Amino acid sequence: MYTLATLPGDDIRSIMWRFADRFELQMLVQSVRAVARGPVARAVAEGARNSHEWTTKKSQLLKAFDESGITAVFMDPEYGGFIEGPKNFALALTAYELSWVDAGAATGSLAGNLALEPIHERGTEEQKRTYMGGAVPPQQGEDRIQYRGAFGLTEPLPYVGVETGMLGGKVRVADWSADKEPVLQVEKRGRFITNMDFANFVCVAVESDDDRIKGSCMIILEETDPGTFDRGAPTLKLVHQLSSTRDPVFNMKVPASRIIGGYTVKDGVILPNFSHAEIIDPVFKHTRVTVGLMTAAKLVSAVEPVIRYQRGRFRGGSLEPESPRYKLGIQQKEDALHRTAAVWAAGEAASSLGFAAARLFDELDPMEKEKEKYFREQGINKGRAEFKALMKIQQDAVNHLENDDDAPIGDPMIQYVITDSLANVLCPATKLWNTGEGATVMREAVSLMGGYGITEDCPGFLGQKWMDSQLEATYEGPEAVQRRQLSITMTNKVFLTQFGNWIQRLENLSLTHSDMGIKSLVSGMKIWLETLDYLQTHRDENNTKLYSSSRQGVTFAMADALCWLLSSYYQMEDVLQLLQKGPENAAVAPNLEGYVAFFKDLCFIQASRAAHQVAQICSELYYGSASTLPESGDILTPLLQELNANIAGVHLAKDRAAEALTMVMIPEALDYPQ
Amino acid sequence: MTNLNVVVCAGIVPDPLQTLDPVQTGEKPGLRNEMMLPHVLDPWAGHALYEAAELVKETGGKLYVVSIGPKAKLQQVMMTIAQKVPFQLIAADAAAGGFSDSKQIAVQLAELVKQIDGLDLSNTLLFGGWESASRGAGTTLQMVGEILGVTDQFQGVDKISLNDDGSFKVLERIEGGKHLHSSCSGAPAVLGWATGYLPEPPNNPQIGMTNMRTIMPALQQAKPADLENPELTFTAVELPKQKRDTKIVKDISADEIAQEIIDWIKSK
Ligand SMILES: Cc1cc2nc3c(=O)[nH]c(=O)nc-3n(C[C@H](O)[C@H](O)[C@H](O)COP(=O)(O)OP(=O)(O)OC[C@H]3O[C@@H](n4cnc5c(N)ncnc54)[C@H](O)[C@@H]3O)c2cc1C
Repeated sequence: MYTLATLPGDDIRSIMWRFADRFELQMLVQSVRAVARGPVARAVAEGARNSHEWTTKKSQLLKAFDESGITAVFMDPEYGGFIEGPKNFALALTAYELSWVDAGAATGSLAGNLALEPIHERGTEEQKRTYMGGAVPPQQGEDRIQYRGAFGLTEPLPYVGVETGMLGGKVRVADWSADKEPVLQVEKRGRFITNMDFANFVCVAVESDDDRIKGSCMIILEETDPGTFDRGAPTLKLVHQLSSTRDPVFNMKVPASRIIGGYTVKDGVILPNFSHAEIIDPVFKHTRVTVGLMTAAKLVSAVEPVIRYQRGRFRGGSLEPESPRYKLGIQQKEDALHRTAAVWAAGEAASSLGFAAARLFDELDPMEKEKEKYFREQGINKGRAEFKALMKIQQDAVNHLENDDDAPIGDPMIQYVITDSLANVLCPATKLWNTGEGATVMREAVSLMGGYGITEDCPGFLGQKWMDSQLEATYEGPEAVQRRQLSITMTNKVFLTQFGNWIQRLENLSLTHSDMGIKSLVSGMKIWLETLDYLQTHRDENNTKLYSSSRQGVTFAMADALCWLLSSYYQMEDVLQLLQKGPENAAVAPNLEGYVAFFKDLCFIQASRAAHQVAQICSELYYGSASTLPESGDILTPLLQELNANIAGVHLAKDRAAEALTMVMIPEALDYPQ
Repeated sequence: MTNLNVVVCAGIVPDPLQTLDPVQTGEKPGLRNEMMLPHVLDPWAGHALYEAAELVKETGGKLYVVSIGPKAKLQQVMMTIAQKVPFQLIAADAAAGGFSDSKQIAVQLAELVKQIDGLDLSNTLLFGGWESASRGAGTTLQMVGEILGVTDQFQGVDKISLNDDGSFKVLERIEGGKHLHSSCSGAPAVLGWATGYLPEPPNNPQIGMTNMRTIMPALQQAKPADLENPELTFTAVELPKQKRDTKIVKDISADEIAQEIIDWIKSK
């Protein structure tokens, strides 16, 4: 039996999540942690969540974000930021640290970035300079008002949510004198708009209501523009109360230069360079991963308070201090330990998936810019021409992946297509699984704390975190939207070929690492792949294709199944990384064996769970989609049998993890107030 | 006085919130899982550092931090400390902990100070904690001063006020909550700090990024320091027999803390 010495600290995490050599990120983590476990935790402990209104206490957090550098994380150095290059991973770590204590605080800080995202992705240089530069907190001696933004897409019922073709918000030409910049009249009602208590600019999505403007666009409104800037009523949220949310109403006149990404004029018509959909797509691609990590942080943050609660449960009575009941409390009971291990395992999987996705977007961002440049140089325009060109590259990418997965990819376009196909899966997967399954597992964590769990002063704020995770499953696109996106992106041949390659790689790895459940994961992956193939090539009794957009009962279920596999896969990747790089860190090396052994057991627990979820979903679809068994011969049963053989020992892994939980050293007290 | 430098001797210690459990580790006592515990800058040395940073702002001199500890842990602590105030790090790699011989540490610290490029000791103040959170003996800094020939020494310092001619006044803690007021004609001198009056500066990532450019190479170049003293033996090690009742509060005012202590005393 191994020993898990302490709860894993920064040394271990920075290896697993791959920022051991990025000191700017390690510093960021420390800064954000100080804010999260300081002013944020105090605000929660003092009951700041108990009001819907934006209070002085809540607004003080903005100052803490500004001073500690959190506000400026998003900005490039040229606009006053301090982190070079893409920021997805940096923002992911920021959200993780804040949500470790309170995700409402994370939402408050990230919503400012959400407002800046459209400008960052598509804005003109001038817009970037104005709003990104303006959002950086003024330095000493600088006299200017700091820009704080909100992102206004969602509209009151019965209008639009986050995935929308039509918009209720309208834009018209108010005034267009010869040789002058047109002035636009913008009307927009927002619903659930974050930061609305203090935002002094809002990026709104609107549709043209005027022959002289084409299509839809996003427009920047400033508080001081002429017209109505009504912040509206506060949302009566049950969750994330440290962030500000209101239903604002705007009716304002703004110059056409506020159209995000600019415009051209053709035959007397204003043509925005980007429709609102073209802006929103890349925005959500970047912000949804972060939301998934908010829930992941909650799960892992629950471990320490749960262990402390379990151990101390009976210490108040007249027990002998040396008695097992005194020392271990509820940890004497197998079920409590097994469930704690399961919560932890799910938290590891969610964290690994989310951070892998965030890192992948850091890789993808520069490739995307290269792609844009390449296509424009080749005279390939956006739209159909680009789509056609991409299809051709996709085929090359599949050929490359099929032939030699490990060979360096010389062609940057092929590299882009491969990375993009994976990112298009990992983003909705992180958002969907981390939050949805996360909410369920968070409930388990709450119940491990008994009645305490459901009180406001539960250490670690577990009850609040449980509720909060439901919002994370909803905003920035509810689960259905993520499932829909996945059901398309996961059938991309480029992704599926990578997935197939993973199976091979894992099978090889399982020869040297037989103790972490790799084989059970592989079984799950094969079951999923075979089922998908069956569903894509067969029809139901009404002769409708089983796998089609109208059959969400099929496609959505398969999307859910895939997420289980992905999170388990990335969890293993991170443990293997620790195994490989741990010896290089002098602090970690002496105890590495114990950590790796424990994490491997968590991998096994999670892989077995994941594979069986997949087996259940796939069995139902495969055997249940017709009133008789599939004619093609039962391909699934042998795979299901193989899976059962491959989980041999998973219960022993649970027992070992459980024993480790009884001995792991935890701090004297939680490092944030309750 | 211009260009007066300050060298701060600062160690690192396990975060006091952690379970600190003395165990026998090989020949010597140590703390259970010490290397896995998160570390912090020794709080006393921290006060010295923040006071020093204010002082060099005034004098335009340079601020150096000299530290001996396990490299990996030093690096971890730097991720926070480097964001507080600008300084240059001089480090040596060695097992830290409260059970190393303070004389050995003093010898090595003095060695590191001597090696600082272009440092003129006669224009330098040597700062540190008057004791440390791991040892609490209050012996190290005095010996560093002696080895370097700096014999004007002040311990339990809460305040230094610099005069234009380079002389300064020092407040040192004495019994009964009182301070001893001393005058010194000028550098060099050793100041072992108590708490001082300055709060911990907030993290500033810009300072951090600038500091890291020199701190990372300094850590990479840190040479092993030999702290072994074969003559030193430990007969017994135990935690003080007091009930530890930890309560976590952050950022509350001194008045509120004082009130809570008064209420507690009254309730006994
Ligand atoms: C606290 C909070 C803060 C927010 N902040 C912002 C903000 O700053 N800016 C902003 O613009 N918006 C914001 N929102 C809005 C948020 O993005 C939306 O509420 C969210 O996207 C869900 O949209 P909806 O409420 O309209 O739900 P709906 O779209 O009505 O979804 C409800 C349910 O309908 C079903 N459904 C919907 N679409 C499909 C489909 N295609 N297929 C199958 N089933 C489907 C699903 O069961 C889904 O769960 C915020 C919301 C909250 C609660």
